[in-house]
Amino acid sequence: MNDKRSVLRLDDITMQFGGVVAVNNLSLDVNEKEIVSLIGPNGAGKTTAFNVITGVYAPTNGAVTYYGEPLVSNFPQSKMKKMYAGENLGKYTETIRRTPDKITKMGIARTFQNIRLFKELTVFDNVLIAKHMNTKAGIFSAACRLNYKEEKSMRQESMELLDMFGLTAFKDEIASSLPYGQQRRLEIARALATEPKLLLLDEPAAGMNPQETNELTAFICQIKDEYNLTVFMIEHHMNLVMEISDRIYVLDFGKLIAAGTPSEIQSNQRVIDAYLGVAEDGE
Amino acid sequence: MMKMSKRTKYILSIALAVAVVLLLAYMDANKSEYSYAIAILQRSAIYAIVAVAMNLLTGFTGLFSLGQAGFMAIGAYTVAILTIPVESRPSVYYINGIADALSNASLPLWGALILGGLFSALLGGLIGIPVLRLKSDYLAIATLGFSEIIRAVIAAPQLDRITNGSYGLKSIPNFGSVYDVFVIAFLCILVMILIINSSYGRAFKAIREDEVAAEAMGINLFKHKGMAFIISCFFTGVSGGLLAVFMRSIDSKTFQVMLTYDILLIVVLGGLGSITGSVIGSFLITAAREWLRFFDNPLVIAGFQVPLFRSGFRMVIFSLVLMAIVLYYRKGIMGSKEFSWDGLYRFIYKLFSKLRRKTPGKEANHHE
Repeated sequence: MNDKRSVLRLDDITMQFGGVVAVNNLSLDVNEKEIVSLIGPNGAGKTTAFNVITGVYAPTNGAVTYYGEPLVSNFPQSKMKKMYAGENLGKYTETIRRTPDKITKMGIARTFQNIRLFKELTVFDNVLIAKHMNTKAGIFSAACRLNYKEEKSMRQESMELLDMFGLTAFKDEIASSLPYGQQRRLEIARALATEPKLLLLDEPAAGMNPQETNELTAFICQIKDEYNLTVFMIEHHMNLVMEISDRIYVLDFGKLIAAGTPSEIQSNQRVIDAYLGVAEDGE
Repeated sequence: MMKMSKRTKYILSIALAVAVVLLLAYMDANKSEYSYAIAILQRSAIYAIVAVAMNLLTGFTGLFSLGQAGFMAIGAYTVAILTIPVESRPSVYYINGIADALSNASLPLWGALILGGLFSALLGGLIGIPVLRLKSDYLAIATLGFSEIIRAVIAAPQLDRITNGSYGLKSIPNFGSVYDVFVIAFLCILVMILIINSSYGRAFKAIREDEVAAEAMGINLFKHKGMAFIISCFFTGVSGGLLAVFMRSIDSKTFQVMLTYDILLIVVLGGLGSITGSVIGSFLITAAREWLRFFDNPLVIAGFQVPLFRSGFRMVIFSLVLMAIVLYYRKGIMGSKEFSWDGLYRFIYKLFSKLRRKTPGKEANHHE
């Protein structure tokens, strides 16, 4: 199963905020062309894990590897040394920090749990902005429109994306005026505009009805094939997760409690306990 | 509702431009009669540059900075020092003398303006490195502080031989022609419009909308915020230089915090995120200040002297008008929209249909 190339690897990632360990010793793998899901009850630390991968937070301990290259790495320092409550102390001795924009440039794009569109801008501008990071023109030549060719291709590519996502009709609408489902779609379109190799989706089906969720399921598979993506997502809709995931990781209270294929996860007792609670009468 | 064709708009724009030039030419020809009006227009044009520069930062990039007066001071002093005629320098610096390096350094106005802008931008870059890590109100307070520091440094006795300390600088030569300010203002604002409409301008707007999302879209926050800050400082410096030439004599008190607040007022009233709003705002507010002078003079109606009309009453009225605008036009005159002929047409159309007491609601819903 793991003969494919590893795209993303988390090693012993621990994220501690003050005394709270949000993610505890998380290790996982995402391989090329896979759809991998990260599930778990609310507050399990899923989004925190995403924020570590995308550079929003520096992990307290551990390392993230992207296509075999170290992406982020850290170990407890200064104040954290005394407070550190996780494991594997001393295993990592290197600090590598990257800002989110650098990580995006390396080919990791993401969407957000609570939609974060550029609300007051048009749908078209939302996508077009994501193309900005590839501009070669400096601000001067951009102002003098010396980069009109580049600008033209940026616009064209953005239009193609909107076409693909069925958003062409809303092109000049203000992003916040779109219906909720379309906003979710637009967020994925915007993420794809950065031409990623790995797409991180943070609860893409949140707030969607069953029909919309089904459409989204098909849609994720479609864009994955079309753009040769690897998808790593957080999701609560079990139908969606079980249907499209190649593998699933389950997080509870910051700790990995299970990993495996959808069918393995469905029959895993610890997962069932985490989601449904454990009967306490025995003890 | 009828829509204007592109050609109509084109013709209207040219007509407006020609009308403005003709008006200026007419005023210029009758200088003695219109010198006051010309002065108001010139001051408005100078304020328009700073207002647009501040809007670029506050309205488009979402960085609330209150350092305008300080950066204007840098531009103003650079231009003043370099353009005061060499022969009149001894009389300007009659108390402390002028630094040897500066005694013969002189540049034509355009060169001095660019240099003033560059100095201001350089300082903006230096200040920006620590300050741009702050957000919203904190950034405003920090820039306000730096602005006051700049003013204090300029007035410091240690710099007497350069800035003439608290004595200020005078004998700054006037503009060559009436049009100079307007042409420079037009060029500056044009460049800023081009920047805002470029790919970088879109990145600025993305930062304003959502920093986290902007960063996730590959926009380097620090770099782009720095760019916006430096560009804004450059044009603020240029307008400061123009202000120096316009006023003919400056001292550090010219660049107190009140100047920043004036500009802030223009930007907010014009509409945050609207360039045309800033331009319209700067002309309206500068002009309104002068028109309202009427209230400063004692008024006698049929032998009865109206009690409130005395010196200073103008500012009371001015404040009341401002309050009314802030209450009823919270987004400013233009909101975040830009001026367009269609917009003007709609506005007039609505106004007329209201006057005719038709049901304006129905028509208002139909456009677009």
